Amino acid sequence: MATSTRRAISLAAQLAALAAAVAGVLYAPAVVDLFDLMQYTFFAAMCILALSLGFIWGFGGILSFGQTAFFGLGAYAYAVAAINFGDSTPALALAVVVPGLFAAALGYFVFYGRISDVYLGVITLTVTLILFNLVNSTAGDEYRIGAAALGGFNGMPSVPTLNMPFDPETILEPEGAWLATAGALILVYVLLRLILASRFGRVAVAIRENETRAALLGYDPRLYKLLVFVIGGGVAGLGGALYANWGAFVSPTIFALSLSAEIIIWVTIGGLGTLIGPVVGCLIIEMLVARIGAQQAVNANLVLGVILVGFVLLLPKGLVPAVRDVALRGLKAVARRPRLPVGVEAVPAEKPSVAE
Amino acid sequence: MELAAILALDVLNGVASLILLCLGLAIIFGMMRIINLAHGEFLMLGAYATVVSTNAGLNIWLAMLVVAPLFVGLVGLVVERCLIRFLYGRLVDTMLATWGLSLAIVGLVTTLYGNTIQGVPTPLGGFSIGEYKSSLYTPFLALMALALLAAVWALLSFTRFGLVARATMQNPNMAAALGVDPKRVYMATFALGAAVTGLAGGLMAPVAGVVPTMGAAYVAKAFITVVGGGAAILSGTAASAALFGFINQTASFLTTPVFGEVALFVTAIVLIRLLPQGISGRFFRGSL
Repeated sequence: MATSTRRAISLAAQLAALAAAVAGVLYAPAVVDLFDLMQYTFFAAMCILALSLGFIWGFGGILSFGQTAFFGLGAYAYAVAAINFGDSTPALALAVVVPGLFAAALGYFVFYGRISDVYLGVITLTVTLILFNLVNSTAGDEYRIGAAALGGFNGMPSVPTLNMPFDPETILEPEGAWLATAGALILVYVLLRLILASRFGRVAVAIRENETRAALLGYDPRLYKLLVFVIGGGVAGLGGALYANWGAFVSPTIFALSLSAEIIIWVTIGGLGTLIGPVVGCLIIEMLVARIGAQQAVNANLVLGVILVGFVLLLPKGLVPAVRDVALRGLKAVARRPRLPVGVEAVPAEKPSVAE
Repeated sequence: MELAAILALDVLNGVASLILLCLGLAIIFGMMRIINLAHGEFLMLGAYATVVSTNAGLNIWLAMLVVAPLFVGLVGLVVERCLIRFLYGRLVDTMLATWGLSLAIVGLVTTLYGNTIQGVPTPLGGFSIGEYKSSLYTPFLALMALALLAAVWALLSFTRFGLVARATMQNPNMAAALGVDPKRVYMATFALGAAVTGLAGGLMAPVAGVVPTMGAAYVAKAFITVVGGGAAILSGTAASAALFGFINQTASFLTTPVFGEVALFVTAIVLIRLLPQGISGRFFRGSL
């Protein structure tokens, strides 16, 4: 098959999948009851968080153990701004900008200091803990930003939920919140896809593959990594704002290590180096956690831990790449099968590694 | 004056706890380049081993100094055989697998013992400086930290095992050519690191709230200390523990314990930025 035809087919398939996703999002409120719809809204916000790590880790090669730092900052920025402005439109924008700026500052420090990958994990982890400790200790009445009391370990209750853009009087119903959150998820996905298809995305992937070679070709790995990190921070912040909007509540537990661990599990089991993988992983794990939470027999941490260890040992690539490989192998076997006269058995397909 | 003595005691306590917390990690990370994110859970297991065997009627010293390291050392051996040995050379995968392990251990211990705080009484009683009272356990912890440091140093410097282990870490192929089985050395080193961590967990049990999730509070602190220490696992770790412990306790004394923690972490990040090779990359070069 010629490359151009293959590319056209791939593009058509992706557009069809996108159309199906949009149709599903629009159609869901009609068929799903309110409780499930709220649940799905929560999943969609979490999927945005999963995409942020899937992007920076899978395509930028930056393993951040502290993606929740940006998620939490986004949630708090949204809450504080929404309480102060009374309008969720600038709050939503701030929820992307504040974590993005924080990621820029941290990333400048880390990437321009040429701190190695391992230490990057340790530093992001530490920064998340610092934020957790700091926010946790702001319980007193003196800790407030404008009209918003930070509330420390009590969290911030009754965060204003989303309203129509620039129209604080019209608050979105749960159906509207679902459309906004799931729409944001699709938008983020498409945006990241476009970034990856652009020149910038290609250079970022090249740097992930071989930093020295990319640098020798004249690209500055520090700058590209920094930008990837900032985009990831902004996306995670948007997820945080939508999460705060879902529960109308934020508390320091969103900075906690357990959530950081969960994001990494989503990406690992879904498939590193894909965008759909983290979303799939996030959905599977979150549905599983919701199920486990409904009963008392097994502990959720135990199950998550065993799943993560199992995947690292047995299926380190993750679900989506594994399924894709099997499917591609099948397709190739079908395509290569010679056209034989009726009644003659086809020869079994050779191993692809031999054929390629 | 008396206040200064108390502050000095606090600093001593902070430094000693940090050394205890990260010595096992320094052995595993420093010698094998394995990022063991289940380090905090090893500490927690050591603490639980102490609490459970003390409550079962065992002498607390025996529980702390014998049961805890033996038990966690055994756990480390099993973990190395069943998990880590498949992942040598795959740094990120080891991180992920040990993180999974840490979640699983937390889940298991929660299932077995519940989410409540378990405790043992602090032995040794107290003493007073002027009108301030303090626990004798604090100087004891400092002594133990020093003794443990000396013991690990002697083990690595003067014994055949130490020599073989250091040789294997430097050049596994050459060591293998000389008749050493690197796999067994890795296994023993990992178990040793786990046992030291278990001992630390046991020693912390009387002064820490023993809950299944207690490891999370320690793992980042331990890592940042070891990373800040750099390649010389003993002198580097001791130096960074002294620096971070001093800053943590002084800042806690001047403000609140929360800002003490924050000060520790901020110092650590700045230190890694200024000295990416850690303290020992600049100062105690070539020492152990």
